[in-house]
Amino acid sequence: MAEIQEYWRWTEYSWHHPEMDWRQGKRIAAGIDVGSVSSQALVLVDGQIFAFSNLRTGSNSPDSANNAIKTALKDTGMEIKDLQYTVGTGYGRVNVPFANRAITEIACHARGANFMAGPKVRTVLDMGGQDCKAIHCDERGKVTNFLMNDKCAAGTGRGMEVMADLLSIPIKDIGDLSFQVDEEPQPVSSTCVVFAKSEALGLMRSGWSKNMVLAAYCSAMAHRVSLLLGRIGVEDQFFITGGIAKNPGIVKRLEQELGIQAVKSQHDSQIAGALGAGLFADTLLQKGAQ
Amino acid sequence: MIANYGYKDGSGEYFIGIDTDKCNGCGDCVPVCPAKVLEMVADQYDPLSDKIVAAVREEERKKIKYTCAPCKPASGRALLPCMLACAPGAIAHSW
Repeated sequence: MAEIQEYWRWTEYSWHHPEMDWRQGKRIAAGIDVGSVSSQALVLVDGQIFAFSNLRTGSNSPDSANNAIKTALKDTGMEIKDLQYTVGTGYGRVNVPFANRAITEIACHARGANFMAGPKVRTVLDMGGQDCKAIHCDERGKVTNFLMNDKCAAGTGRGMEVMADLLSIPIKDIGDLSFQVDEEPQPVSSTCVVFAKSEALGLMRSGWSKNMVLAAYCSAMAHRVSLLLGRIGVEDQFFITGGIAKNPGIVKRLEQELGIQAVKSQHDSQIAGALGAGLFADTLLQKGAQ
Repeated sequence: MIANYGYKDGSGEYFIGIDTDKCNGCGDCVPVCPAKVLEMVADQYDPLSDKIVAAVREEERKKIKYTCAPCKPASGRALLPCMLACAPGAIAHSW
């Protein structure tokens, strides 16, 4: 029997600063973002990114938080007890066992985006695993307006995973393949994951190629989030966080629709939530929080 | 900051927007709501301030279309009690 391949599976990884000596640092702050699909842990030493990890959230939030921080701290010599202040965020924020405080992910994403992409960022779009948030923020990364759609998973990473599985295409290839079409097809009429799945099957039966189906789905998803953004008003500069930021099939179509380019960052923007949480932890430490 | 609580689905957009800069934390809106949708909490979206503001309760956020329906009859609609109670005019409904 052929080996079963999990097409939705994305790469889990960790990173730490190759030269920084954390033992010299005065403030060690951590942010843990336990999302519905992925979990990130990030450690800041004196306000600089020292280490982070990006893993899949399991069925148990406390375990996911523990795994994330252990993976981030691997080979650094740092331990959980060395963290002076930890902020939990995301869907499972109240379930981070070693966190000193929980802060909503909307405030954290805005703060993280402000740090990663600079103070000129006004619009942050977080396309997560299970919801989609449009955030408007000021030059300090403070939220001024936001809109969240967490009632349905259309236009989120979960929808992409379902599509990857249905079409047997590794999730990381979806964006590029969606551009390998002779002409841009009409978007699928439904972005609802369940309906889009049956619509995709119908299109393939009528002779569409997999790439065409992907293109149609990506553009439908881009259109859907652009409507969400439209409600709060898009202002330059614009930054995308969350896993979908890695899918050029959606990012480029969204840029086209909005007429502005998204800002690029040095690190993976999926860590923005954990980074924002870490920055809040760092600020709270400076204010003398215990 | 304008905090929009609610959702969008196939039938429309249902958001209660609370302007936290206008909200003075008086809490007058909380008792007037027949469905007890609102509560006073520390501003969740500005964790570094200690300001107390009105917010839609977590468990109501995904069903406000139905919870708010009794105050929004199809005809003869009166002004909403939450909006009437709010002296600074911080509460808005999108539908």
